[in-house]
Amino acid sequence: MASEFLVRIHDLHKRYGHEEVLKGVSLNVRPGETKAIIGPSGTGKSTMLRCINRLTDPDQGQIWLESTEVTAHGVDLNKIRQQIGFVFQDFNLFQHLTALDNVRLGLMKVKNMPKDRATELALYELKRVGLEHKANAYPNQLSGGQQQRVSIARALAMEPKLMLFDEPTSALDPELIGEVLKVMKTLADEGMTMLIVTHELGFARSVCDEIIFMEKGFIVEQGSPEQLFNNPKQPRTREFLSKLSELYGESPA
Amino acid sequence: MSWETLCQNFAEDSFWRLACDSVPKISQGTLLTIEITFAAIAIGFVFGLLLALGRVYGNRPIYALCSGYVHFVRGTPLLVQLLIIYYGLPSFEIRLDPVLAGIIGLGINSAAYQAEYFRGAIQSIRAGQMQAALAIGMSRPQAIRSIILPQALRLVIPPWSNELIYTLKYSSAVSFLAVDELYWTGHHIAVKTYRYFDVYLIIAFIYLALVLILTKIIDKIEDRLRIPGLEIKH
Amino acid sequence: MVIAQETAGWQELLSEQLKLVGESLPTLLSGTAITVELTICLLLLGFTLAVPVALGQIYGPAPLRWLMGAYERFFRAIPILVLLVFFVFGLKVNLPAFLSAALVFGVHSSAYQSQIFRGAIQSISLGQISAARAIGLTRLQAIRYIVLPQAFRLAIPAWSNEYSSVLKDTSFAFTVGLVELNQRAVQIANYPTHHDKVFALFFTVAIIYLILTTLGTRLLEMIERRFRIPGLTVHTGAAHSHG
Ligand SMILES: Nc1ncnc2c1ncn2[C@@H]1O[C@H](COP(=O)(O)OP(=O)(O)O)[C@@H](O)[C@H]1O
Ligand SMILES: [Mg+2]
Repeated sequence: MASEFLVRIHDLHKRYGHEEVLKGVSLNVRPGETKAIIGPSGTGKSTMLRCINRLTDPDQGQIWLESTEVTAHGVDLNKIRQQIGFVFQDFNLFQHLTALDNVRLGLMKVKNMPKDRATELALYELKRVGLEHKANAYPNQLSGGQQQRVSIARALAMEPKLMLFDEPTSALDPELIGEVLKVMKTLADEGMTMLIVTHELGFARSVCDEIIFMEKGFIVEQGSPEQLFNNPKQPRTREFLSKLSELYGESPA
Repeated sequence: MSWETLCQNFAEDSFWRLACDSVPKISQGTLLTIEITFAAIAIGFVFGLLLALGRVYGNRPIYALCSGYVHFVRGTPLLVQLLIIYYGLPSFEIRLDPVLAGIIGLGINSAAYQAEYFRGAIQSIRAGQMQAALAIGMSRPQAIRSIILPQALRLVIPPWSNELIYTLKYSSAVSFLAVDELYWTGHHIAVKTYRYFDVYLIIAFIYLALVLILTKIIDKIEDRLRIPGLEIKH
Repeated sequence: MVIAQETAGWQELLSEQLKLVGESLPTLLSGTAITVELTICLLLLGFTLAVPVALGQIYGPAPLRWLMGAYERFFRAIPILVLLVFFVFGLKVNLPAFLSAALVFGVHSSAYQSQIFRGAIQSISLGQISAARAIGLTRLQAIRYIVLPQAFRLAIPAWSNEYSSVLKDTSFAFTVGLVELNQRAVQIANYPTHHDKVFALFFTVAIIYLILTTLGTRLLEMIERRFRIPGLTVHTGAAHSHG
């Protein structure tokens, strides 16, 4: 089925025990679009992101990546996951592997690429995030910002159609946030399709095509940065934005 | 009604008849195993604590002596240690009764292992505790006795309890000196009755039961002595 | 306890005992070879069993987890001496002594080793497994390429304890008829003419064991250092092994 959307999420539900974390979330993303998801913590943002590559299984609802239904029974999950890059809040680099090996592992073990070709590609990805000189460093020899950039390179190496970012800068010291955001902005400029959970409103405003405000398992409001930041329709959105700018001392305007 | 007549209620040659007939001897053996274990643990506790203090607070010669002892004992089999004591010491005209040799051997063996647990616990107490004790005018030995050790000994219970169980299990090695503890008693019965499978099964389950009971007791003690918020970090 | 008056000079006593040690040394050394071979075989067997037991306990379905847990607890609670005689006399398994010993010691050790590996595996963050799955690795690949390489590294110190522990335990192998290092010494000591002259003999045996435990432990320390991940300092709780 041809579609103008790269990703379609329809009526997604997820519960943990008695707690319904996602209460019917629907969302579409066109190729090349960058969307930011904002909202209080515990709202289900991570859960939604993890449902998209099925790190978490939704209870109800459908997700399509192009014409493939991700949520269908018996889909080849590993095939789908190769096409979706995921960047975690706490990097999750493989601790026993160098930066190069972190990036190269998927190419060799998942894509069965020969070593020299994988190395070449991995070095290229490290260069893209400005870290080719750290190829032989182990994760614990890198700063948080560098680790996160390696993890972005690791995801990019699989040549994904879609990149998911789950609060990629939340675990970083303030002075290291910029280098990661810069890499992400470049990606957006190059036309990568991205869904980004973030509290960096300034970044969301300047880079993203659309802002999605989620709360308590629902999408409360979504719209262009202009509209959502300057003219939120819902009182809850307004409240959240003012609280956030108080907290981070930055105004998205 | 005597025990023997009671046992005649079970069919001849049945497992339960054998088990019943063995009760008097096996309970004696079990008792001796428990006695040997606790005597050895007690010796190991006192001696081990001294070794640990020697390794933490001792001067160079004392440190070297205590460390050498711990390494030697931990690096050699219990059985060889028992043989040195029981068969080796007579070279110097020192002859020990087998049970005593067993208890001493097991005790000085356990001391080396207990010492390491104590040392770990003592070293996990923050240096500030000692400084605070000295600052209010305590002497070093006083501080060790009334500030460091009360904390360290509570912390040491979980790892130390493993040593208790090890000593219980390894007390079976004393059988090599022909001491009629649990294992050796079982061995005798097995050889006499040719019922190896049944007898060793009984013995195995008694050890299993002893270990489980001991574990429960230790958990109780640990609960009783717990200081809120104070736990050993692995 | 009787301490008789010292008549024979120490020197005489010593030279007599050392002579026995000298005469026995070739026998002791061939026994040492058996002890070492047994230790290596049992550790390998234990390792082979322990990895699936540990993985089963962590990743397996509930019944498997329970079964593996029971396996571990059972073999850890029963003295090795009882396990050895139960196998050979109780179950009447008739194998060459070395094989019997390697089997029983190996299974016994697997219970301890699986506890070591379990601790090491569980100390690896779940996030890394998520990350591995996110780039398309299968569950098995994630275990193989991400979890185990780290777990094995972390397990080396505790495993080194286990080495030392089982090496010493092999002295119980006489119960299944294996004449290894310690049993050679016992046989020599049992000659009537050697009575009361075997202190140095057993002390020598002790020293040989001490050398073996120390060498092995040092070797494993070197391996640990060689494979240590730069910058990473993770401490797993040391397994409570009698090492
Ligand atoms: N694996 C899980 N098991 C149980 N509860 C979970 C799990 N993951 C998330 N939750 C719960 O779901 C809710 C939403 O979590 P999450 O999606 O992480 O929110 P957000 O990313 O918006 O902060 C939280 O209340 C969290 O406690
Ligand atoms: Mg989250």
